[in-house]
Parts: sequence; structure tokens; C-alpha cells
Amino acid sequence: MRSWVFLLISVACAGCVFAGALLIGNDYVFFAGYVVLQFIVLAQAWNILGGYTGYVNFGSAGFFALGAYTTVFFHKTLPLPVPVLMLIAGTVAGLGGLGMGYLALRLRGAFFSIATLALAVVLETLVVNWNYLGGARGAYVIRPESVWLIGSYVHYLFLMMLALAVVAIATARGIERSRLGYGFAAIRDDELAAEASGVPTLRLKLIAATLSGVFMGMAGAPFPYYIGYVQPAAAFGLEYAVNAIAMPMIGGTTSWVGPLIGAILVAGLQQWASVSISSELSLLVVGLLLVGFVIIAPGGITGLVRSCVAAFTAAAAIRRKAAAVQ
Amino acid sequence: MSAQLLEVTDLGKRFGGFVALDGIDLVVARGERVGLIGPNGSGKSTLVNCICGTLKNDSGSVRFNGESIDRFKTHERTRRGIARSFQLPRPFASLTVAENLLVPMLYAIDGHSRPGTEGAELAARAAELLQLVGLADKARLKPRDLTQVDMRKLELARAMAAAPQLLIADEAMAGLSQAEVAEIVALLIRLNEGGVTIIMIEHIMRAVMQFSQRLVVLVSGNKIADGTPAEVVRNAEVERAYLGQ
Repeated sequence: MRSWVFLLISVACAGCVFAGALLIGNDYVFFAGYVVLQFIVLAQAWNILGGYTGYVNFGSAGFFALGAYTTVFFHKTLPLPVPVLMLIAGTVAGLGGLGMGYLALRLRGAFFSIATLALAVVLETLVVNWNYLGGARGAYVIRPESVWLIGSYVHYLFLMMLALAVVAIATARGIERSRLGYGFAAIRDDELAAEASGVPTLRLKLIAATLSGVFMGMAGAPFPYYIGYVQPAAAFGLEYAVNAIAMPMIGGTTSWVGPLIGAILVAGLQQWASVSISSELSLLVVGLLLVGFVIIAPGGITGLVRSCVAAFTAAAAIRRKAAAVQ
Repeated sequence: MSAQLLEVTDLGKRFGGFVALDGIDLVVARGERVGLIGPNGSGKSTLVNCICGTLKNDSGSVRFNGESIDRFKTHERTRRGIARSFQLPRPFASLTVAENLLVPMLYAIDGHSRPGTEGAELAARAAELLQLVGLADKARLKPRDLTQVDMRKLELARAMAAAPQLLIADEAMAGLSQAEVAEIVALLIRLNEGGVTIIMIEHIMRAVMQFSQRLVVLVSGNKIADGTPAEVVRNAEVERAYLGQ
């Protein structure tokens, strides 16, 4: 399917989702839906670096918070519309990703992951000690009641995140089918062989880290308006780092479909658990699912489906051969 | 155009106190078939890694097509025409056999930008290469489904997909049966007849003697012989190195 056809279908699906949410007519659907969409973006963003190139980033919360605090900064300095803030936050977090790449992408495996974790801690320390952004006590961001044309500001934030999710999914899919995607896959499978095949590995890893940072930052930009009060513990929360990794791992990391399924499943379950059982339990849901999938289906849901289809096809072929012999 | 494709001059490489290469000189002419032999630990793989850019040489220089390539990274050397196969096959496991060839085609050869725009041309070139190495019917398989000999062929095909002028085959026959060794030797000779200069590193002497127009022998990081196979096997120093006399 051509990219523009896929984009059109995605936009149509997004339109249906928005219309469906409006039809239900309950604001909670928008609040919960916003969180699910935010995690779809985060999962796709994490997967660009972690899934496509195999570099596991533990610092997703740092990039998300970079986006959120960019909004806090501009809210206090020069209030701007959310789409503009998302673009600025994406640029800031993208530059953060590029910088992290220069510092850490020469490291491999666990060393790289530890470096990304350290980066998030450094950023959090910076924010905690920066009074202008609210420091450790946090910052209030009062969202407007309504917005022109759309009405409710919550509906508007939902729509912005929905649009970003469509862009993130289309970008991830576009990467998979491009020259860049083959380069990423080669790096993930064997970096030395990739270099020997002419792949400029460091440059491609920097591109992946930048793109990943851009989307994480953009996902974080509307967060202060959504939550109304940002504090370092919330923006740099473990929830973002864990979910950004768990969702693609549960869904499957080798294609854009995996993070989408993983995010909908896990974030949906978390929302349900928060409301019907306890909000503390929601992270436990992720942990149990992640442990289960790592043991039972290391390729995630998409990997499991692919294995089942392959086994079914092989069995059918054997049956056909046996029938032909008889 | 210079007749010499590769000129290695006074190449040195140390790992701490261990001297892996001690002032190696090696010249390879365009279209030549060179066998590089030596006991384990003699520096063959280190030499290959220095030529390909995987390791940085401590001293000396490597010139390719008359140009010094010491400052270039591995992928830049591949783009200039140096390709290698690995001692232990290192396929891209998540890609199919045909896609394994697509990676060097997209990255090592200038002018190819996106699979979408030149997909048919790239697929045809991949099919042609797979036909040449005898993997045409396995194009859609994943590397894990290949036999050992097919994996070796995939290594060579992937190196060839970079359209190299110089192919370095690092122990491409290790662990293969006699018939499979003959198959790979025949394949390498076919590639050479197609205009590719080849350096073959190998322990299987029958294959080396059958393949090489010239033999270079390394021992303890030093070059001790360089000549035709007939000359080298009569060399007393080579005999001492191999037979310990």
C-alpha cells in the first residue's frame, strides 16, 4: 500500500475515533483516550530507536519531560498554541536525542541503556533545581475552558494527540519500507556486518535517536495542559519509561503494528484497572504482562501471530503433500 | 588507472604488548587471485580488518586505487570498492536472503536511494546474484533456514552485492565438506572471471592451491613468503612455519 493511501486511511480511522468519542458524549472517554493516544506516540517513538535499531532507551521519560517542560517554559514566557508548542517541544527533544546519540551511541547493549537512564536523571536534576520551571514544587498550567471551532479544550487536546498518533504511525511505517528501514534492520541484526555492507551506522543511529526524541517530546508538549499541574515526579515518572518499553515489547518490535497493539492493549488495561480496581495496580498490570510475554512470546503479539501463521502454513503444506502421495 | 588495486605499506598493529602485524607490505594487482595463509594467530584476520577499516592500523598505510584510505571508516571503504565476507557468517537474521543483498545495494552503491523508486532494478540485480551463487530458489527464506554451505554463499553474495572491486573472503570454506569446498572455490573463480580481484584467507590447502595465482604467507605478524603457489611450497621458511622443522 502506498504511503499516501495509508495516510488517508489512517486519517479516516482517526476521524471515526473522534466522531465515536463525540457520540459517546462522556468527557472521561476523552481523558482516557488521550492517555492511550499519548502512549501510542511514545511506543512508536521508542520503537524507532529501540525496536528498529535495537538500542534500548531507558530514558524515554526524560524526552517526554523535555516536551512537557518546554510547554511550561513557553506558558510562562510567551503563551503559544498547542500545535506550535508541540513543534517547538519536538525540536528541543529531537536536539536532546541527537545530543544523547553523540554521547551514548558509541556504547552498545546495557552500557547504552544505562547511559540513557543517566541522561533522564540528569535532566530531572536540572528541572528540580530550575525555579523558573517550578523546581521541585512543580508548576501550575491553567488550561483555557474552550477553543475556537472545537469547543472543549479537552476535546482539542485529544484531537491534537490523535493527529500526532497518526503522524507517528505513518512515519514509523514509512521508515520500515524505506532505505532507512533496511539500514536500521541491518544495525539491529549485526552492526559490524552492516558497516561492512556500506551502512553508515553512527549516522543512522543518530537519525533514529533524533526522530525518537522528536516524537517523545511532541507527546509531552500538551501534557501540562492535560494534567494542569506538572511536577518532576510526574513528568519524569517511571510510568513513562516502563510503558514506552513494555508496549512495543508486548506488541512486537519489528513493525509499527506491534507498538500500536501494545499501547492500545496495555494503556487500555491500565485505564480500566485505574478506574475499576486501583490506580496503583495499573503499573503492576504492565509488569505482569511484560514478564508473561518475555517468557511465552519474546516476539510480542505480532511475533506470536506470525509464528502461528507459519506453523499453520507448514502443516497445511505437509497435509497437501501427504494427500498427493496417497 | 593504476595497475595496482591495493597497496599495503609497512602496516603495523599492536594489541597492548602483542605485535599482531609487524610492518607488512602487500601489493595486489587488479584482477588477481591472492591466497593469504598462515597458522592461527599469524595476523591474517588482523590484516583483513585493517584493510577493511574494522581495525585502525598503528603505523603504515593502505592505498586503494592509488588513494590513501587510512582515514576512511569501514562503510566508506566498502563504498570505494572493498567488500568482505566474515569467517563466521553474520547474516541479517530478520531479513530474507534477498533483502540481505538489498542492504549493500542500497548503501554501498551510489545512485540507489529508495527501494520504491528502483525496486525492480534492485530485485533483478539481487536475483541475478542469487542465481550466480545458487540461492535463487531460497530468496524468500530467512537465513536461519539455510544450510551451512548456503550461509557461506549468502555471505559471498552479500559482499558481491556491494559491487566490489576487491573481495576479501575470510575462511569462506571453514566447516564445509569436500564437495562443498569445491563448489565455493568454483564460485570464487567465477566471480574473479567476472572482474573482481579476490584475496582468499583459508586453511584448506587444497582449496588455496587450486584457487590462488599468488600466495602470501604470514607468520607471527610478519610476511615470510610471497610468490606463486609452486614457489611458496618449496620455501624453506614456510616449511619450517608449517611443519615446525
